[in-house]
Amino acid sequence: MKVIYLDNNATTRTADEVVAEMLPYFTERYGNPSSMHYFGGEVAKAIEQARERVAALIGADPREIVLTGCGSESDNAAIRSAVDLLPERKKIVTSRIEHPAILGPARYFEDRGYEVTYLGVDSDGRLDLAEAAAVIDDNTAIVSVMWANNETGTILPVEEIGRLAKEHGALFHCDAVQAAGKVPVDLRNSTIDYLSMSAHKFHGPKGVGVLYIRRGTPFAPFLIGGHQEHNRRAGTENAASIVGLGKAAELAHGYVEVEQTQVRALRDRMESALLANCRDAHRNAAAEPRLPNTSSISFDYIEGESVLLSLSDLGICASSGSACTSGSLEPSHVLRALGVPFTRVHGSLRLSLSVFTTGEEIDFVVEQLPPIVERLRALSPFGH
Amino acid sequence: MWDYNETVWDHIRNPRNAGPMDDPSAVGEAGSLACGDALRLMLRVDDSDTVTEAKYQTFGCGSAVASGSALTEMLVGKSVAEAAKLTNQDIVDYLGGLPEEKMHCSVMGAEALEAALRNYRGEPPAPIDEAKIVCKCFGVTEDQIREAVRTNALLTVEDVTHYTKAGGGCGQCHDRILEIIEHERKTERVGAPPKPKRLSNLQLMKAVEEAIEKHIAPALRQDGGDIDLVDIDSPNVFVALRGRCASCVASGATIKQFVQARLRELVDESIVVEEAAA
Repeated sequence: MKVIYLDNNATTRTADEVVAEMLPYFTERYGNPSSMHYFGGEVAKAIEQARERVAALIGADPREIVLTGCGSESDNAAIRSAVDLLPERKKIVTSRIEHPAILGPARYFEDRGYEVTYLGVDSDGRLDLAEAAAVIDDNTAIVSVMWANNETGTILPVEEIGRLAKEHGALFHCDAVQAAGKVPVDLRNSTIDYLSMSAHKFHGPKGVGVLYIRRGTPFAPFLIGGHQEHNRRAGTENAASIVGLGKAAELAHGYVEVEQTQVRALRDRMESALLANCRDAHRNAAAEPRLPNTSSISFDYIEGESVLLSLSDLGICASSGSACTSGSLEPSHVLRALGVPFTRVHGSLRLSLSVFTTGEEIDFVVEQLPPIVERLRALSPFGH
Repeated sequence: MWDYNETVWDHIRNPRNAGPMDDPSAVGEAGSLACGDALRLMLRVDDSDTVTEAKYQTFGCGSAVASGSALTEMLVGKSVAEAAKLTNQDIVDYLGGLPEEKMHCSVMGAEALEAALRNYRGEPPAPIDEAKIVCKCFGVTEDQIREAVRTNALLTVEDVTHYTKAGGGCGQCHDRILEIIEHERKTERVGAPPKPKRLSNLQLMKAVEEAIEKHIAPALRQDGGDIDLVDIDSPNVFVALRGRCASCVASGATIKQFVQARLRELVDESIVVEEAAA
């Protein structure tokens, strides 16, 4: 069965060029980059080259790049660093639609006496800047707002939020895990202090992330006990994956261009066809600006897991905000924050494309999905 | 991806008895749209109280589709009395198992069946006592949690969440759920000791010895009698009554109505107690 992969916000296919550059670091180039011999030194050089490639993708200096184990680690490290560095400030400001890797640490510190404000969004997923201005104050240690949302693709006004944070001397973190490689991310004239990325979201390998730390911004390390990453992240480097990250970052310059043109056109074609061919279907938070690859659609009267299982039988991979798919029983906190009714959250489907998605694949999905929706509606006690 | 077995997949891909029914004899519903799953069960029952047709509709995940499908297949041909004995565990067994996190779908099936049978008997839907709602996120009552704990021998809050959804939201009711579990376990220990199934001869021997020593002999001794275990040849247990019991005219009744009854209760329902030949 051919795989039609439309779950690229979950993870992406590792590009062939990326795998090819990684392979020698599993086999003949196994040296420890910290070692005082040429054999380890070669690996250290490869890691520095990767760092430069990552920096180039986001308009940063290589010294501003800390290589981590994943996007979640980068998020955790940023929040903890701010709490450690600004102990007299007892407030954290974030949004209701952040990734669990931000909401988890926020709740952790909330349980330990911090005041945490979760900024709300409107039905298009837009933040209320006036609310942000009202809550960010001199007691705020860190503000953390994502560049783009993983479920809807909504792009948030991070620079405006960052300016508010700066006005009050708070640190500003941005989770750019979904943005990197899909839209331009340029930190040259940015208010962002810390920024998270993850290689496997832009055709790199899993198990390696990035924490950007602006030059001059203090940082209290999360993993301690090793000199690696200039004492900012202890632990022997995941050399092969870091090399893969570097290659993926280099390729991503090209992806950003293709995303804006080809991917956007395919996504828009898919969305209009699905809305035209399925009755009682609704787009969630489709207002611009949003990621060119992401589409969130809710189908009334049916439940998302059943849709996913039927699609999966055809080789089509997607995801849903339904409670049943999470294992947590709670439906998507993002769609709930948008005010999407419970039933439509359970009936939501996220289709996320990539530069590898083809027109034939989109045609196949557009042809197959409407009858699946109708078949499940025939099973449903609602909507008759 | 959930690890559904082939039987479950078959029911997901080819749901049996799905869709509406014209003029059903009884209808039962469980779950709700807000909770993310709902099941409507429709039954046709003939004059001899036999279920001749069962259909269902569901708003739910793969396991809800499969649970409804399995339930309707199991129901057809059963008498109403037999149907009333079906539990969520029967649905799970019929499907050859469900992932732990999906057990609540089988419970929803059992609840829809219970509601349908109430409807068939002309009873109003089971009243929901708002005061007894433990999990406010999913509207789960104390009784529903007790029932799930009892039927499925649940031990942890996580178990209860998998079977009833209770505790799967904000988590504020976790302490209360734990109390219910502990209360049920205590009740279970006091009420009836666990009866292991299909004992080996050695296990049977030990269990019978222990039951006689702890529960049966002391009662007989109070009346000046006593009892000896002579032999076991499963399911036959041979005993000899001693002391005053030996000469009691009612010794036959003592053996059958007291010793056998207690051993069946405490050890195994198939036990037959015989007086050992002198």
